[in-house]
Amino acid sequence: MIYLICYAAIIVFAAAIVYRIMDYVKKPLHVRWELYPVAHEAEKAEYGGGYLEETDWWKKPRKKSLIGELKVMIPEILLLKAVWEHNRSLWYLTYPFHLGLYLIAGFIGLLSIGAVSNILNISIWMPIAALTNLLGPVGFVLCIYGACALFYRRLKDPVLRNYSSYEHFFNLGLFAVTMVVAILTWLFVDPNFNMARAFTVNLITFNFGSMSSSLFNLQVVMGFIVMAYIPLTHMSHFFMKYFLYHDIRWGDEPTIDNPATDAKIGIVLNYPIKWSASHIAGHGKNTWAEVATFNPAQEPPTAKE
Amino acid sequence: MENTITIEDIGKDTEILMQVDVKNLMPLQGDFPDKEWGEINSDTKEKYACILDNLCVLQIPMPKTPEEEEELVNKFLDGMRKLFTKENNWTFFSILETTMEHCAKCNTCSDACHLYEATGHNEMYRPNYRSEIFRRIYFKYIKNKPFAKWRYGDVDLNWRTVARLGELAYRCNICRRCAQTCPIGVDNALIAREIRKIFSQELGIAPPELHDKGSMLQLKTGSSTAMNKLVVKDNVQFIDEDFSEETGFQFETPWDVQGADILLIHNAGEILAWPENIAAFSIIFKAAGISWTLSSELAAYDSINYGVFYDDVQFARTVLLQAQAAKNLGVKKIVLGECGHAHKAFTVIADRVLPKALNTPRESCFPILRDIVMSGKIKFDPERNNFPVTCHDPCNLTRLMGIIKPQRDILHKLCPQFREMNPHGPYNYCCGGGSGFAIMSRNNISDWRTQITGRKKLSQILDSFSDSRGPEIQKYVCAPCSNCKGQLRDILRHYKLLEKEQLVYGGLVELIVNAMVDVNPGYIKWEDEG
Repeated sequence: MIYLICYAAIIVFAAAIVYRIMDYVKKPLHVRWELYPVAHEAEKAEYGGGYLEETDWWKKPRKKSLIGELKVMIPEILLLKAVWEHNRSLWYLTYPFHLGLYLIAGFIGLLSIGAVSNILNISIWMPIAALTNLLGPVGFVLCIYGACALFYRRLKDPVLRNYSSYEHFFNLGLFAVTMVVAILTWLFVDPNFNMARAFTVNLITFNFGSMSSSLFNLQVVMGFIVMAYIPLTHMSHFFMKYFLYHDIRWGDEPTIDNPATDAKIGIVLNYPIKWSASHIAGHGKNTWAEVATFNPAQEPPTAKE
Repeated sequence: MENTITIEDIGKDTEILMQVDVKNLMPLQGDFPDKEWGEINSDTKEKYACILDNLCVLQIPMPKTPEEEEELVNKFLDGMRKLFTKENNWTFFSILETTMEHCAKCNTCSDACHLYEATGHNEMYRPNYRSEIFRRIYFKYIKNKPFAKWRYGDVDLNWRTVARLGELAYRCNICRRCAQTCPIGVDNALIAREIRKIFSQELGIAPPELHDKGSMLQLKTGSSTAMNKLVVKDNVQFIDEDFSEETGFQFETPWDVQGADILLIHNAGEILAWPENIAAFSIIFKAAGISWTLSSELAAYDSINYGVFYDDVQFARTVLLQAQAAKNLGVKKIVLGECGHAHKAFTVIADRVLPKALNTPRESCFPILRDIVMSGKIKFDPERNNFPVTCHDPCNLTRLMGIIKPQRDILHKLCPQFREMNPHGPYNYCCGGGSGFAIMSRNNISDWRTQITGRKKLSQILDSFSDSRGPEIQKYVCAPCSNCKGQLRDILRHYKLLEKEQLVYGGLVELIVNAMVDVNPGYIKWEDEG
């Protein structure tokens, strides 16, 4: 049963991520709505400028800087730079929470490497084992601190309370309880994560051997449920942020000499439009192209001047 | 009245939701007393649902019966459903949906908002307040999510909620400073714009300045100023004659020149309110030997596009007319004059609306002005501009288009006492007239606009001139955008800054012409325009 839950959770986690990404990617073309500084604008990004600062910009080669994007994305992802700059008091609570999650993700990765080593009958490289033993507990503690602190802040700060739903408290509580179970398991059942590594081996090899500790089993179930739950909530921002930044905030690709975008414009202009206001509807025009080329205010030519 | 309201209060059966107390407004640097802005007049109150605060921008007809109340809610929901379909809202569907789904409700965006700061952190002005109401309606009534109340929070959807939300969409300059600070990339300013769209595109309700006297008038006569092509050509001819005489520099603005290199499109409001801006462009382009023209075709002599503030269809209609005019003339490119929202609308947003046949390249006037000034084709005497100058960055040009340096290159070359505002460039603050407010002065809107939406900008201006305060030193705020100038004009008048500080405002081209050796000195004047 536990294994079934784990496999189901992995499938839900992956499927939810794929679904959300596909749902976004399959949406029609949107208009440009970029926001500067645009990180890939090479040296111009330093002061917030972009290619539209040039005369005849469409005749000049575009300079796009991957390094520029990385210089923004890495501090944003690893350090939550925007929260640090614009909401410092929250950063002290939310950063430990996020760092804890990053460390736990690293811990799971290392645990998987250890499990694969076991499967291949290779002894685990000591630094990997040591790092696994470090990242797990530190991640648990940081996550517990962050979740509890954020829970308290949302509860006690009247402003944040106004914007918090029961789900916020449930989510934070779920993280805190799951991590408490994880840390208790580490303390009293599995101090070197050998049991966790063995369970991971079983998961990978489809060997459904039972684990001896109820606490360990509870930890596994809760951990996998949390994993499956994350992309079903607003916390899916951990991967959707890529599109929010790259496709929207930094989406400055011009249409001139861009046949792919021209083709997409051709599609959306032929979408039917059903807005009801009188300046849009009631003129026998049905598609965007027809409606947009219709002038509801135009006087007859004889009366124009 | 309390300064705190909850999300649930939006639907409460009270006369208004809340009122901003002038005592709570952000202090200004100097003796600038604030006054209570008056009540909405009784006629307006009777006709329209002015139930948010003591202001009425949108003018939603007051429902008279329970059936009309229900109809308002149902129509709003119909519009909201359309907003989340790809066919009806392909323009913003994916951007809007990601903004709805991924907000962490951390309120990191709050302090970025100049309205929220200016009102002493009034909850109604928090960028996320209207967004949160809109999100709760979305999850409960549009997405029909299970346990929506529990998961996303509750909201009482009644006619008051709808009317207040519509009005709240007009308590935002849509400067998108809040979006700039969001760690996730959520855009609460966009939500304000999309709510405006529901009211316009579904319910047929929009501020008259934007719709009837704005985009519709432009589609009807060619310009929101109501000038048809004969009148506009006459007016520009007068400008040519007046300023040729005043400057000693003879010029004639070209119209409808087939095959010209450049089609220049001004904000036609400049022709009536700031003719010196129109003349300055003509002088500079003539002096630089540029091949250029204006167009007298419908909508093509007025770059404004008020659709960008509230209605995608009106937006598309306007850009299509302007682009068609360029194609008819066979110009190589279109250059936008000093109007921020026209820049953004035509250069960027229209880029994925125009079909290939109409996609004539479009660029800002600032790069070509920079090239002209730096080229050596025109002789300048920067000493003529030797007074303190600061630069207001129009949001549409800077935060939304990344045009930062060209105007600064010019200011550094021609203005010895140029100093920056803090912050500036892409991190600037809106003038307070953004998203259409600059053209609204109905009822008590002007007082609100000068004292709240423009408050942070005024504070920035005063800060930038902290070394030269008082009436002894003439000072200039360079605001290269027609809407921004309209807002600054009202702020300066409201606080009597010409008298108290010898402070005037104007565009960038006026500074360029003021420094031209071939032009009589004194192009910029320190006097009230009357």
